[in-house]
Amino acid sequence: MNTHKLTKVALNDPVWVRYSLIAVSLTTIGLFLLLPLVTIFIEAFAKGWQKYATELSDPNALAAIRLTLWVAFLCVPLTTVFGLASAWAIARFEFRGKSILTTLIDLPFSVSPVTAGLIFVLLFGAQGWFGEWLRDHDIKIIFATTGIVLATLFITCPFVARELIPLMQEMGNEEEEAALSLGASGWTTFWRVTLPNIKWGLLYGVVLCNARAMGEFGAVSVVSGHIQGLTNTLPLHVENTYNEYNAVGAFAAASLLTVLAVVTLVLKSFLEWQQQRDSDSRAPSEQ
Amino acid sequence: MSIILNHISKRFGNFTALNDINLEIPEGELVALLGPSGCGKTTLLRIIAGLERADSGQVLLKGEDKTHKDIRERGIGFVFQHYALFRHMTVFENIAFGLRVKPRKLRPNEAEIHKKVHALLELVQLDWLHNRYPDQLSGGQRQRIALARALAVEPEVLLLDEPFGALDASVRKDLRLWLRHLHENLNVTSIFVTHDQEEAMEVANRVVVFNHGNLEQQGTPSEIYDNPANEFVSRFIGDTNVISLGHHNTEWLKLSGLVITPDASNSVHIRPHDLDIIKSNTDSAATATLKDWQHLGALIRIELAKKGVNGSPEIIYAQMPNEQFKRLQLSKGDRVDLHIRHAHWFDAA
Repeated sequence: MNTHKLTKVALNDPVWVRYSLIAVSLTTIGLFLLLPLVTIFIEAFAKGWQKYATELSDPNALAAIRLTLWVAFLCVPLTTVFGLASAWAIARFEFRGKSILTTLIDLPFSVSPVTAGLIFVLLFGAQGWFGEWLRDHDIKIIFATTGIVLATLFITCPFVARELIPLMQEMGNEEEEAALSLGASGWTTFWRVTLPNIKWGLLYGVVLCNARAMGEFGAVSVVSGHIQGLTNTLPLHVENTYNEYNAVGAFAAASLLTVLAVVTLVLKSFLEWQQQRDSDSRAPSEQ
Repeated sequence: MSIILNHISKRFGNFTALNDINLEIPEGELVALLGPSGCGKTTLLRIIAGLERADSGQVLLKGEDKTHKDIRERGIGFVFQHYALFRHMTVFENIAFGLRVKPRKLRPNEAEIHKKVHALLELVQLDWLHNRYPDQLSGGQRQRIALARALAVEPEVLLLDEPFGALDASVRKDLRLWLRHLHENLNVTSIFVTHDQEEAMEVANRVVVFNHGNLEQQGTPSEIYDNPANEFVSRFIGDTNVISLGHHNTEWLKLSGLVITPDASNSVHIRPHDLDIIKSNTDSAATATLKDWQHLGALIRIELAKKGVNGSPEIIYAQMPNEQFKRLQLSKGDRVDLHIRHAHWFDAA
């Protein structure tokens, strides 16, 4: 959509209406978004740079950062592969259960994260369905990294797929058929034709997925057990330190998550802009 | 490369897309698969290409059974209806694609690729566009680039799906001739799909007519035009007057010079240019009233009203060169005698 500056007279409300609407939006954003954001940094640096640095280099904080990165490192590629596979299947093939698959992909969006976490506890916890079997085989899922990864996967699995399905459906598969007719193998076709066409959408999904994987609290909280230095991710660490009345520690950790959020926002806008450019250049080709 | 199709059938659910198609295309021909939309012609093209599998039947290319072979092993070039150019690649890279994805042993080096791509660009007369992206090209240019890309892998058969369907009328005319000339130079067996009978007659040296998944007739354009095999072909190719053989029509047909065995058919088809008219003063069964006429360039189309059943007029059309019509010195409302030079009728279905 091009943002043409048309002066639509009919839509030109009186000045006071316009200004009060703008004022309401700006005040809301200021009060509920910007102010808390600023507070995070004020609180984090309340006792100076040194204290901030000490809090973040605390072994428990470092462990939380490491675990968060590790979980994201495991989840994002898996979600990406799942997203590509399911988007490919839904956009390219007709099969029984396709509409069920399309609906189920959205399930994690509609289930409360806490419930998602509980599902895993019910399945793999000590009293859960597979609890005994897991104990006999000395496998630990709940209160361990595995459980955190599983819960995060559950929460993040729709992100990439949801981006790609409409994109690939809109593109159709003529270009891929053309590549095959020119002698390219399936792999070559994917790498040289499909992927370049969906790359911005794919990256967009990956960025959102990564943000959620690092920031997820509810589901992870249920399965992690909050063991300091072992099963605390960054969001859990924020809660822990805050409950221990360590405001600087909590806000220092929160500031990291905030930076992640801002970076995500910037990347997201950049990717949206790139996608827009791509689809603008595509539009005139469909005469 | 010759193409033989044996008993090809294809269904989509309850819909019969192709019904027992047998077709033989000799090497070097330029063939049109012609029919109304949904008649199965594109499906057949895709089956020949290997983009679609037939439910039953065989595809033989150069005498070899390729029914179960992949599209990559068939030696075909396919030009898609909407060109399907790779939009993230330049024109040059689009054409080079087929060369770059060859197995390492067969892959030409960069200099050879360069030479070949430019030769193809010259063939389609678009060398100056090699740096552009597909969205910077006009429809006709895209079409020619798509063709050059398909030719890069030196296919033995060229398959084109509605090659002119998405183009403006004026561009279409030029490209038709151009395609015909290209085929004369390259002599690659080529098959194209079209729903435009004029296009099929003008470009192809063989036309295959389809309807509802059945092969209705095949032959040279003149064979099909002059001797349509059935009612459908006669109606679909060119204009025709369809006169039902009810009692009220037999008399004037006889008076106009047409002798047909009764009960042979339900209707008789008369091409407008096979119908002569002469100014008349009498009022017989074989006269009609001149209603109107339209200029079609060199030809005039004449609208005639004949008295039909219960007095309501039946419109029939005649066609003749401009000059001839002028010599007749006719004006609206004149009575004319009809004379049928040639007509078709078919066994009652």
